[in-house]
Amino acid sequence: MADLEKFRAETRAWLEANCPPEMRKPMTSDEDTFWGGRNTKFSSEPQRVWFERMRDKGWTVPHWPKEYGGGGLDGEEAKIVRQEMAAIGARQPLTSFGISMLGPALLKYGTDTQKKEHLPKITAGLIRWCQGYSEPNAGSDLASLQTRAESDGDHFVITGQKIWTSYANYADWIFCLVRTDPAAKKHDGISFILFDMSWKGVSTKPILLISGRSPFCETFFDSVRVPKANVVGQVNRGWDVAKYLLQHERAMISGMGERGAGRPLGQIAADSIGADLEGRLEDSVLRGQIAGFDVDEAALAAAAERMVDLNKAGQAHPAFSSAMKYYGTELNKRRYEILMSAGGIDALEWESERSKEGARPRAWLRTKANSIEGGTSEVMLGIVAKRILDLPGA
Amino acid sequence: MALVLTEEQSMLRDSARGLISDKAPVAHLRHLRDSRDATGFSRDLWKSFAEMGFAGLLVPEEFGGSGLGCVEAGVVMEEIGRNLTPSPFLSTAVVAASALSRGGSKAQRGEYLPKIAAGDLVAALAIDEGAKHRPLQTEMQAVRSGNGFKLNGAKALVVDGHVADLLIVAARSAGHAGERAGVTLFLVDPKSKGIATERTIMVDAHNAARINFDNVEVTADSVLGEVDGGIALLDGVLNIGRGAVASEMVGLSEEVFGRTVAYLKERKQFGKAIGEFQALQHRAAELYIDIEITRAAVLKALQALDADAAKAATAVAVAKARAGTTATRAVQEGVQMHGGMGMTDQFDIGFFMKRARVCEELFGDANFHADQLARSRGY
Repeated sequence: MADLEKFRAETRAWLEANCPPEMRKPMTSDEDTFWGGRNTKFSSEPQRVWFERMRDKGWTVPHWPKEYGGGGLDGEEAKIVRQEMAAIGARQPLTSFGISMLGPALLKYGTDTQKKEHLPKITAGLIRWCQGYSEPNAGSDLASLQTRAESDGDHFVITGQKIWTSYANYADWIFCLVRTDPAAKKHDGISFILFDMSWKGVSTKPILLISGRSPFCETFFDSVRVPKANVVGQVNRGWDVAKYLLQHERAMISGMGERGAGRPLGQIAADSIGADLEGRLEDSVLRGQIAGFDVDEAALAAAAERMVDLNKAGQAHPAFSSAMKYYGTELNKRRYEILMSAGGIDALEWESERSKEGARPRAWLRTKANSIEGGTSEVMLGIVAKRILDLPGA
Repeated sequence: MALVLTEEQSMLRDSARGLISDKAPVAHLRHLRDSRDATGFSRDLWKSFAEMGFAGLLVPEEFGGSGLGCVEAGVVMEEIGRNLTPSPFLSTAVVAASALSRGGSKAQRGEYLPKIAAGDLVAALAIDEGAKHRPLQTEMQAVRSGNGFKLNGAKALVVDGHVADLLIVAARSAGHAGERAGVTLFLVDPKSKGIATERTIMVDAHNAARINFDNVEVTADSVLGEVDGGIALLDGVLNIGRGAVASEMVGLSEEVFGRTVAYLKERKQFGKAIGEFQALQHRAAELYIDIEITRAAVLKALQALDADAAKAATAVAVAKARAGTTATRAVQEGVQMHGGMGMTDQFDIGFFMKRARVCEELFGDANFHADQLARSRGY
């Protein structure tokens, strides 16, 4: 306990000395997120400084082993780093699907060679990853995916199409689900494979969304040759890797519901709607909705904290991340419905400097995907009903 | 601190579960209700609570208690919630023990706390006056008279009021309803002249009373804490009570949910278990998620109370508000999914619905606590 308190004091002092003041302000635009990768640029000098200091300390991913560029911290220490970063509002120095999705799967299923090849490039922000899961005819029924991988000596030749590939047009590498045995039952013929997006036969096409932005792409594979050594886990057992990764993805997405640090939602609403003499929001019905939201958001934060602790204690149900994904995403949609109502007419502007090019309505529309991506809310409820509650039926 | 129970707390849960489910399952409450039991709880059971150390759980060791905290009290309350067990645990072991150990003089603590720990004294907090829990709206008058005070007013929903050996009464010694300053807490003998107690039979068949105070004389020694400064003490005590009731609601919700899921697997219509229907599966899953998230919020609040009760107000407001909406949802889904059987008195599920409604009003409902949270966040 005393050691942990010492670690907390050291962490606090280090963050205080090393986190630039600009990196302690709430993020206001997409450019504030640093994703890393071959073609990445820093949007500001403080962003570069903050990233490099954290990288050199191993704290882009504090809980990964040091040999892969992580901080080698145990669960309690990593929690302290998170708490101390949150306490000063420090931004994440590096955001990536390599950290939140591929990394955990590689640590569990990867070979030594794969780990040494890929993990250090993730922690150092050198390679940006994307996820090749969904296909036009494999959405909620993901395991029916049809992208083919045909054996050719020590290579697979991959042909097919993925969709909703987040930021595929910016990504350097992809972790991808492909069908290696078309004759097997649908869950048993899938492999999890890694390849470079610059290799011959890979192309991407952004999809314009209702937000007017294109965070997702269609991704096409035309006879892409990938070494068999790039399969993670066993050939035809990729579904195990895929499911394990999804647990991490869902835990990450559920975090969207929880953004307690910034200015309280009720005060943001009062900025535009006004308050009475006692400081209470002028719209009393909206005030009640926001108060209910704040209760649920604080409860979700507690549940997220508890999930980490339950995992550490070995008491967590493996499907619980589906429960968190469901709740976190529905909550985030509620947040943006409130923000739109609070903003009123001002929140309707789509193109103007005043509205930062419609930042709020575009973000509002983007949240509608939260309960679809990474498994729909309906799929999450189905998983909870079957795997946790053990209810009968398909 | 990790947001899971420690090994010792899990052991406490197991022993509480063993005792309570064995000696006081829902059938015990049903029996007390149907026999119109005058006490409203079992004195034998309360003696067992004392022997197990539950009655003195929050009483400091120097006064014969075990000096444990709110997390431990919550653990016991949760088992009480699962079984709908009527007992003075909330009124006496949680609320009165907290009030006395936090606000009592040396003499007051020495006189009452050992008796609470031994299970020999039932104490009741008399706070609510109107239809809703609004401590700041206290209107009951405490007028200085000689060396002491004269109390005039009326209290409602005094839990265990008709069997209490000691009342803790909030009254206004200065100022007006709505103001923080001017409320004083008094320790009052329920047999004092001028007190009229009416046991109110409530929807949940748990103890409650209306108590009238007509020129009741109390001495200056009977003041608990500071004259005119009772709200600060009351804030802490009520928050501990709120954390405890929230725990009771978590236990209650989980029990209703467990019974309901079992029924979904067993009840057959259209040739299959009704739990196969997706409409019910999704509602059950949503309820499960609600309960799990509420459980985390409640444990967070209990830990916050143990760390520093003065800083726990926000976490408690979140916990009590969440527990209220979750329990309300759980019992409604419980009755609905049990269909016609859920409407029968013979089936236990309705008992849970009734108790949840009372827990929701106790120490402030979900709206009250959401409003507190909104005020604390400046909107």
